[in-house]
Amino acid sequence: MSATDTTTTPLTRKDFASDREVRWCPGCGDYAILATIQTLLAEVGARPESTVFVSGIGCSSRFPYYMDTFGLHTIHGRAPTIATGLATSRPDLDVWVVTGDGDGLSIGGNHLLHALRRNVNLNILLFNNEIYGLTKGQYSPTSPLGAVHKSTPMGSVDRPLNPVSLALGAEATFVARSIDADRKHLMETLTAAHAHRGTSFVEIYQNCVVFNDDAFIQVTGRDTKQHNQIRLTQGEPIVFGPDGEHAVVADADGSMSVVPTAEAGDRIVVHDATREDPTTAFALSRLAPTPDRPTPFGVFRDVDAPVYDDLVRDQVARATAAKDADLRALLDAGNVWDVA
Amino acid sequence: MSATTTGSTETGPDRDRVRLHDAVIRFAGDSGDGMQLTGDRFTTESGLAGNDLVTFPDYPAEIRAPAGTVAGVSSFQLHFSDHSIHTAGDAPDMLVAMNPAALMKHMGDLKPGGTLILNSDEFDERSLAKAGAVTDPREDGALVDFTVHEVGLTSLTLRALEEDVASGAITKKDAARCKNMLALGLVSFMFSRPTTGTEAWLREKFAAKPALADANVKALRAGFNYGDTTEAFTFTYEVGRAELPPGRYRTISGNQASAYGLVAAAQRAGLPLFLGSYPITPASDILHELAKLKHFGVTTFQAEDEIAAMGSAIGAAFGGALAVTTSSGPGIALKTEGIGLATMYELPVLVVNVQRGGPSTGLPTKTEQSDLLQALFSRNGEAPIPVVAAKSPGDAFDTMLEAARIALTYRTPVMILTDGYLANSAEPWRIPDVDTLPDLSAAFAFTTAPNGDDGEFLPFRRDPETLARPWGLPGTAGLEHRLGGLEKAPDTGDLSYDGANHHAMTVLRHERIARIGAQLPPLEVDDPSGDADVLVVGWGSTDGPIRAACHTLREDGRKVAHVQLRHLSPIHPDLEGIMRRYGTVILPENNMGQLAMLLRARTLIDIQAYNRVTGAPFLSSELVEVITRMAGAGLDGRGADARRDA
Ligand code: SF4
Repeated sequence: MSATDTTTTPLTRKDFASDREVRWCPGCGDYAILATIQTLLAEVGARPESTVFVSGIGCSSRFPYYMDTFGLHTIHGRAPTIATGLATSRPDLDVWVVTGDGDGLSIGGNHLLHALRRNVNLNILLFNNEIYGLTKGQYSPTSPLGAVHKSTPMGSVDRPLNPVSLALGAEATFVARSIDADRKHLMETLTAAHAHRGTSFVEIYQNCVVFNDDAFIQVTGRDTKQHNQIRLTQGEPIVFGPDGEHAVVADADGSMSVVPTAEAGDRIVVHDATREDPTTAFALSRLAPTPDRPTPFGVFRDVDAPVYDDLVRDQVARATAAKDADLRALLDAGNVWDVA
Repeated sequence: MSATTTGSTETGPDRDRVRLHDAVIRFAGDSGDGMQLTGDRFTTESGLAGNDLVTFPDYPAEIRAPAGTVAGVSSFQLHFSDHSIHTAGDAPDMLVAMNPAALMKHMGDLKPGGTLILNSDEFDERSLAKAGAVTDPREDGALVDFTVHEVGLTSLTLRALEEDVASGAITKKDAARCKNMLALGLVSFMFSRPTTGTEAWLREKFAAKPALADANVKALRAGFNYGDTTEAFTFTYEVGRAELPPGRYRTISGNQASAYGLVAAAQRAGLPLFLGSYPITPASDILHELAKLKHFGVTTFQAEDEIAAMGSAIGAAFGGALAVTTSSGPGIALKTEGIGLATMYELPVLVVNVQRGGPSTGLPTKTEQSDLLQALFSRNGEAPIPVVAAKSPGDAFDTMLEAARIALTYRTPVMILTDGYLANSAEPWRIPDVDTLPDLSAAFAFTTAPNGDDGEFLPFRRDPETLARPWGLPGTAGLEHRLGGLEKAPDTGDLSYDGANHHAMTVLRHERIARIGAQLPPLEVDDPSGDADVLVVGWGSTDGPIRAACHTLREDGRKVAHVQLRHLSPIHPDLEGIMRRYGTVILPENNMGQLAMLLRARTLIDIQAYNRVTGAPFLSSELVEVITRMAGAGLDGRGADARRDA
């Protein structure tokens, strides 16, 4: 069951855009992500017929409708399950999951966890806007403590979840973070995610202009962003700030902290996303439990590991090679007797 | 050995051999005593002896119920005969009780005059206390109605295996565990069954541990020889071959037949089979069985939960597999949202519900038919789906093929109902000729090119006859489309919030399912006299007890008709007309009257419901009594009615 169209005509961003009118609120961060992915697919030479977007429920989950590829708008939180069934039975497809902080971490938390630990060949994009947008403004599992929204008039008392820490805790093989407002970084990050075999998980900070505007202002604001965005570059010491004046250092207890570069000495962490053990990446993710302080962006972890659906198909292939699919022999087995 | 049996006695050199038409044996012991295995082996021996048979395994609800307690008793009942039978038998003729708890739990069921084999080694004060026996039933008169054989099954086994233990080949504990084989050997002797088949089976099972194989075989033979040499057993019995339709037979359980039916359906459809499942009693065996059949191109996915199992099946169906999920009631409750989604996607997905006692966790190891309304109506909104039910263990095979035919032809999720009784019980199954199985590849064709007038793909442009939509797979250029759970416009499948369109789509979704009924072959009624005025309607696993009850009534000159439904959604369109032909319609169900309520509501026919939910299937004698009570003089037939009127 491979693609019937093997044409190699180069496609453009427009070839991946459906004729459906995009209905997100004006100014929503989702627009930038949509445009980036359409461009990316054209650039990497993806074929619309072999690309499938699977989403759950929420603002971000309208995504498949706007892509001129195959798409499934599913039910709340369940996109990873449907994508797992599809990816397992169809190795020829490029399967993307689009989810949000409510869809992926609250109602669908269990499925996300299991897709990540299995390492199914999926690209999972979690649009984090720290709010329920579609249902008009309740706090979400990533809303900070004290967040005042419709269902938390006195402030949220729920401790928030850090999606990157969660993914690393599940030993996801590719974990990254990017942001809607930075097209270039988003493009680089998603390109790396797409190139990864196995589950790639990308948290994208996405601004909800209507219900939670400026939730990420500390990392996007003109005045604050240079001091609060830690850009991770493979093989480079982790320093940031307009003049590289801040550095990330490893502490004796295994955690990390930010110190003035001048005082860091040889303790500056050199970023290595390919490290087999996720401990360092996890420590990095804990630098900013919530993005109100210096927060790492980029690829936290990118390691090769056996891919679930490859292993499943390999077992089927080995069984098929070893034994005929002889239905008659299957039924006519064990203790049989004849009645004349 | 039953009251209906007319046996003839033959005098042999040593003892009398009694020829029986049928017998019911129940093996009962602690969960660790190997009763299911013992029963399975005797079943196989009976099948090989040419008997018709039906089994009823009954497991304790708790996996780790304390040893020796009534809660920990596991039993296996086998009804075997020289003629066609339909139930596992009402009351056993013979009970093998491995400990006091097994005796306490089951002695009330044994037929008066029945044979009781007790493991006398286990009847010490402590064991009696654990079984909740205030006095020793062997001494308090509780067993006076039975022929009791007290046999030291444990000590005989240990004695037979003395050398094996002494030589260190096996432990004493291993030796004691062979007592079930000693019991099997003894019963095999009593029913004139050779032990060679079981010996070969033991050698194969314990191929990696020859010492254990030896021990089990020795115990088996010791049991047989014990029966032969002691004078306690003055009779042996023989049940002749049943006249089954010609063909090759094997025994099969409902779960095994379900698994094989799914594999057959996929092969006949030319599709890979995908199973997404989450472990649950009593459905897990289908997952286990299919996991062993990867060489048929079967993919099994043990999901993180029931919801994911359902979701994975939807994904696989979208990708072009024959997709299945298997579960039981509580799991189906969790899959409900996904079934609704598949209803909106209009994708073929098979959902198997091996029903068990409910509600909630209910009675996990016991049978019930109480998920019928759940199957029909549990989705939010108006979400009709086809529902089919298996009538017997072997029939589960055909039911899977029929469910796949419907799912593939009409592009819809289909619910298949079996139950704990069918799942675990076994019957002789005539192995079908593979070439005569329905060709399911004719039921569908993947769309290969856009179907719209302007070269676009219209994923909801329907076949005018079946109303099925095209099945266009990802990977096919030009068919890029999006499916969602939101209401859709015709043809394009674009979102539509228009009220009139929603009404039209709702009507269409009902019509889609109704059309399945119009294309079914006529509904068969079993009415041999042709002038019965009483109709018994049943569905699913009540087929056996109803058939047996009708048989008994007819032998008695009463007139009764029977119709057993496989299709529950849509209900077979012939049913209403059939019911109107009879003065009395009786509907026994192992629930509180679910189908009866539905049929009464739809037809306004005054159906009489009989309902029992004790975790066990109906007994045929029970239904004879019920039908007699409800039908009264109606059992004299229509002719009599006409005479009365005149
Ligand atoms: S509610 Fe917020 S997240 Fe949703 S579309 Fe509007 S701006 Fe975007």
